Amino acid sequence: MTAVLQAQGLGKRYSRHWALTDCTLDIPAGRVVGLVGPNGAGKTTLLSLAVGMLAPTSGSIEVLGGRPGASPAQLAKVGFVAQGTPTYAGLSVTDHLRLGARLNPGWDDALARDRTGRLGLDPARRAGNLSGGQRAQLALTLGIAKRPELLILDEPVAALDPLARREFLQGLMEAVAEQELSVVLSSHLVADLERVCDYLIVLVDSRVRVAGEVEELLATHHRLTGPHRDPTRLPADQHLVAASHTDRQTTLIIRTDAPIHDPAWTVGQISLEDLVLAYMNKPTHTDTGRNDRPALEVQR
Amino acid sequence: MIWLTWRQFRAAAAMMTAALAVLAAVLGLTGPGLADDYSTGIADCTTQSGGCSDFVQRFFQDHQDPFLAVTAVVLVLPALIGLFWGAPLITRELEAGTHRLVWNQSITRTRWLTVKLGLTGLAAVTVAGLGSLAVTWWSSPIDKAGAYDYPRIGPLLFATRGIVPIGYAAFAFALGVTVGMLLHRTLPAMAITLAVFLAVQIAMPLLVRPHLLAPTRSNVEITTSNLEGFGAPRNGLMQARAVAADTDAWLLSSHTVDASGHAVDTIPLSASSGPCSTSKLEPPFAACLAEIKRLGYRQQMTYQPASRFWPFQWYETGIYTALALGLAGFCFWRIRRRLS
Repeated sequence: MTAVLQAQGLGKRYSRHWALTDCTLDIPAGRVVGLVGPNGAGKTTLLSLAVGMLAPTSGSIEVLGGRPGASPAQLAKVGFVAQGTPTYAGLSVTDHLRLGARLNPGWDDALARDRTGRLGLDPARRAGNLSGGQRAQLALTLGIAKRPELLILDEPVAALDPLARREFLQGLMEAVAEQELSVVLSSHLVADLERVCDYLIVLVDSRVRVAGEVEELLATHHRLTGPHRDPTRLPADQHLVAASHTDRQTTLIIRTDAPIHDPAWTVGQISLEDLVLAYMNKPTHTDTGRNDRPALEVQR
Repeated sequence: MIWLTWRQFRAAAAMMTAALAVLAAVLGLTGPGLADDYSTGIADCTTQSGGCSDFVQRFFQDHQDPFLAVTAVVLVLPALIGLFWGAPLITRELEAGTHRLVWNQSITRTRWLTVKLGLTGLAAVTVAGLGSLAVTWWSSPIDKAGAYDYPRIGPLLFATRGIVPIGYAAFAFALGVTVGMLLHRTLPAMAITLAVFLAVQIAMPLLVRPHLLAPTRSNVEITTSNLEGFGAPRNGLMQARAVAADTDAWLLSSHTVDASGHAVDTIPLSASSGPCSTSKLEPPFAACLAEIKRLGYRQQMTYQPASRFWPFQWYETGIYTALALGLAGFCFWRIRRRLS
């Protein structure tokens, strides 16, 4: 399958501060990609680079085989719902749909009207008077109805209450099912992504810590529990992700493709949330040697 | 994109159109009467013995207030356009984050900016042009009557008549957009735009316009016909001034000079005795002027003659238009480089 997003050594610097460093990604088409990381990790920077709102300081990025934002054709292929789901407060819902129709040659007016109708958005209502959830739905409608091949959403549900959050993600998944969209969406909460994503990227401190298919990640990450011991003496094929100790007991999160034979360990499955949290924790003093560098990517 | 630009701009456009319509209606209703009064007045006074100076003076004084009011309208119009149309054009999008919505539709940022700058800028110069046209037409009899106090080429009327307001509006608009693009925030952008625009508008007549063409110099004898008046005696000595032969000119400098060409404040003639003593000083001042001439005092002036009004209008409109285009070019460069 072709890649929807390919990045090679991608970096972005704001004056002296690197918001994104050495980011290498190869996201296959047809996935719903969750981009997760703490606030300020560089998620917005990465997504802005992907839609061409920012230009890279180093490295390169290709989206659907083209340079982001370079031409109307490239812009037409990528839908973007920006952080905070901005809409024109003074324009009505109808105005927004007309805006979409005027500015996008591939605009699907029937789809847009159907969606706003189903959502119960009053066409005459100004966007400034809509609720946060409705505004997010309107922004999503604009993103979907331009019929992109890839839809990118930056923290679309961050400001929404749990109900609106669920409705928004439901609407998104329906669109994905109907239109064979590829989706990249970011969030600082794993719970938002858990239900919808089949591909995950964890971004911490401007670096990609791990990226891969969710199933694969869950299959290769394990929780090891056993008597207290030094985690640096793990076999070479077991990569330490996180470690925690009590006086008697050591709990490790490791990544390995091979079976674990050491009888001292109790091997447990971990949830996606645990996995992400393990990567989000900054390396502790017990992480030495090879574990100081960012974890390698897990390729499909 | 044209639709969206219009949709975002139409409230401001409607307000400006309404204001302009009111101005046009008021000027349109009173203008013909004003022109009639002036022409009949002039026709009458030419046949009278005293000449027209009384009528002209009275006519100007009668209409000075509305004259200054409409002049002020044309004077502030470009600044208002820069502040309220230029500065918020981009900052409003940046502040609301809507640039991230509109820049991700299927049109490039360059196209977006082209349409926004083009349409709003066109509206700006149209408004300024129409406003100036209406005021120039309405005020022409008053301008003629007041030519001595406010020569047409002088700073006030030059900036509010003819075509320069178009250049000012284009510049103010482009300046507002540029500052907004640099600052990203509406209020600071408005403040800076106003400050820079005022600075340019003050610098232009002080530093640039006098030198657009080399000023005319004249060195004349002070005679009855060009005498402006005698100043109040200072330290017991006389002061006398002459005016330019071209009374509608924009006087840049005027000094009394002595026989060797040095500028002097006073002419060393006693105010208490001799031909220029205050007791003997009565029109036509022949004895005193003859004494001034005998001592070699003359009036030296530099000025821009009234006939340069239109060349200067074209030059200055050209300069402001070039500045506006330069700023617009910078905006395009900037929106491609520094993106979000």
